[in-house]
Amino acid sequence: MLIDAVTLQLGYNATLVAIGAALLGIAAGASGTFLFLRKRALVSDAISHATLPGVGLAFLVMTAFGGDGRHLVGLLIGASLTAAFGLWIMHGLTRHTRLAEDAAIGAVLSVFFGFGVVLLTVIQTVSVGRPAGLEDFLLGATAGMLYQDAVLIAVAGALAVLVVWALCRPMTLVAFDAGFAAAAGVNVRRVDLAMMGLVLAVTIIGLKVVGLVLIVALLIIPPVTARFWTNRSDRVVVIAGLFGGLSGFVGAAISATAPSLPTGPIIVLTAFVLFAVSMLFAPGRGVLAAWMRHRRQQRRIHLRQGLLAIAQDLPIYERYTLQLLVRAGLARADGVPTELGRRRAEKACRDESRWAVARRMHSHESAVSRYDGLLPIEDVLTRDEIREIDRQIADVGGECA
Amino acid sequence: MIRALQTAMGRSPIGDPLDTLSDKPLAVRGLTVSYGDKPAVFSLDMTVEDGSMTAIIGPNGAGKSTTLKAVLGIVPRLSGVVSVFGQPLAKSRPRIAYVPQRASVDWDFPTRVIDVVLMGLSRELGLLRPVRESHRQRASDCLERVGMRDFAERQIGQLSGGQQQRVFLARALAQDADLYLLDEPFAGVDAATERAIIDVLKGLRSEGRTVVAVHHDLSTVRDYFDHVMMINVHKVAEGPVAEAFSEENLQRAYGGRLAANLMNQLQLGGH
Repeated sequence: MLIDAVTLQLGYNATLVAIGAALLGIAAGASGTFLFLRKRALVSDAISHATLPGVGLAFLVMTAFGGDGRHLVGLLIGASLTAAFGLWIMHGLTRHTRLAEDAAIGAVLSVFFGFGVVLLTVIQTVSVGRPAGLEDFLLGATAGMLYQDAVLIAVAGALAVLVVWALCRPMTLVAFDAGFAAAAGVNVRRVDLAMMGLVLAVTIIGLKVVGLVLIVALLIIPPVTARFWTNRSDRVVVIAGLFGGLSGFVGAAISATAPSLPTGPIIVLTAFVLFAVSMLFAPGRGVLAAWMRHRRQQRRIHLRQGLLAIAQDLPIYERYTLQLLVRAGLARADGVPTELGRRRAEKACRDESRWAVARRMHSHESAVSRYDGLLPIEDVLTRDEIREIDRQIADVGGECA
Repeated sequence: MIRALQTAMGRSPIGDPLDTLSDKPLAVRGLTVSYGDKPAVFSLDMTVEDGSMTAIIGPNGAGKSTTLKAVLGIVPRLSGVVSVFGQPLAKSRPRIAYVPQRASVDWDFPTRVIDVVLMGLSRELGLLRPVRESHRQRASDCLERVGMRDFAERQIGQLSGGQQQRVFLARALAQDADLYLLDEPFAGVDAATERAIIDVLKGLRSEGRTVVAVHHDLSTVRDYFDHVMMINVHKVAEGPVAEAFSEENLQRAYGGRLAANLMNQLQLGGH
């Protein structure tokens, strides 16, 4: 069943939804990257919640004029208007009062959402028009998705990606160093406004598929996931787009396998699975890789300390150090060094003396700055430099640190 | 409009007529900046001589960084005029390079050293012009001048504090400006970096460029700079180091109690 879904064999509607969700995911991941890099990810949550009153108001207006209150484009226009209004209020709150952005987000998010819920409840109780389906904007519902809905998502998504591509440079510059950007003549406010416009657009086209409660996840999780895999912002954008697209596609396909599985939450859970896997297993920034690096570093330091202790005929205090020495064939279980252990201890001691001398010589300042207790001195100094150091050791007499 | 008014009056609101300063790299008249109700900088006049190296000094919270930011239009001015090489800021931006405080950015940002330096070429690159080998070469040359060519491909999160400061300086070098404004370039850097930075700055001066730096270490003012601007919200003193950097002025800027300690420090570090 799942295979059928992922390979687009569940029929016309499921295929349409999966493609639409994939395009939405790409646009959301790429635009969300800049929110994430600018450290304003939660602004998107306020934007999405501020769409709800717009949906209700648009329904009332369209019904009042005798049209179909559920006309999608009309509802989305209403949603954009109140979302933009919410964004404007949030901007004003942070700019003209001493409120921090998080407080402004909380205020706008809850008030607008509350007003939206009241509107929808009133609409349903007094039963004007045919309001069935309005609540689908909360969590997304794709069962009734039409061909033109998919086209709308595709076109708007493609436009969003195009804008990201065109504004990638200034948005990166502002996200990294807004002060420098402003000094260089970049209009920081306009760039931020463009970024918010982008997020607003993605939120609006995502309302139908993912719903306003969870669209924030599709904007934030893919860039955070992508960050585990690369250290370059241009690649974070691309990878976030790919992860977002993949989550949208797979999530929509899975939700199509059973009639009662809600699309939005399944897409978000799919994105979360990608996140969890990346967090654990990504090379470099992943948790597992970091843990393994830490352990390796710890082993090398214990070994080094053990060898230096041997060289100076000091007892080895830590059991772990002794275990490592024994395992490497450098010492016997009772702490007596083997022949190999003595030779390696001598080498370690010589290294330490060389480093100690190098530290006193100004010419090696930059090399010394790389000393971490483990780096072989041969890696940073040339042979003749080391010969010179050895000559000084012979003169003064050196000792292990 | 302000400019027309001044021409009509022949004088700026406070201080010398701005017109006679039209060729100066930086001329500020009556600059006031306020965060909330309390002015951070009050009615500041400042004139930077061509080809000079000027230190802006003063106690914590004296408005040193704010002055730079207001000059650059990063924080809004409450009042005052700024002219750079005789022109308003909007026209003279390409001639200014800026080095913000190192701590003002997140160094875990996903980018490499070379990409940060390339940001200094952003005016030239615009929105979509591709980064060519010639641009990379120029960025790499700027890194060479701060002794960091080998670090070009590193992720910036792996740099030490001193190396971060050098990368910021390299980015400003890439801007190829006539006026360099630096915010605390020597704060929290190692001795080798401090030497590397001052060598670069003196090199800029010998090329006829002008350098203005917010500076916190009074013991190096005499060695590093030829002009000094002493502020504590208001201007306290301005002029060549030999004249303006006096005990009396320091006492006025830092207050009597602190000044005694500072003078001890200076005796230790001075000559």
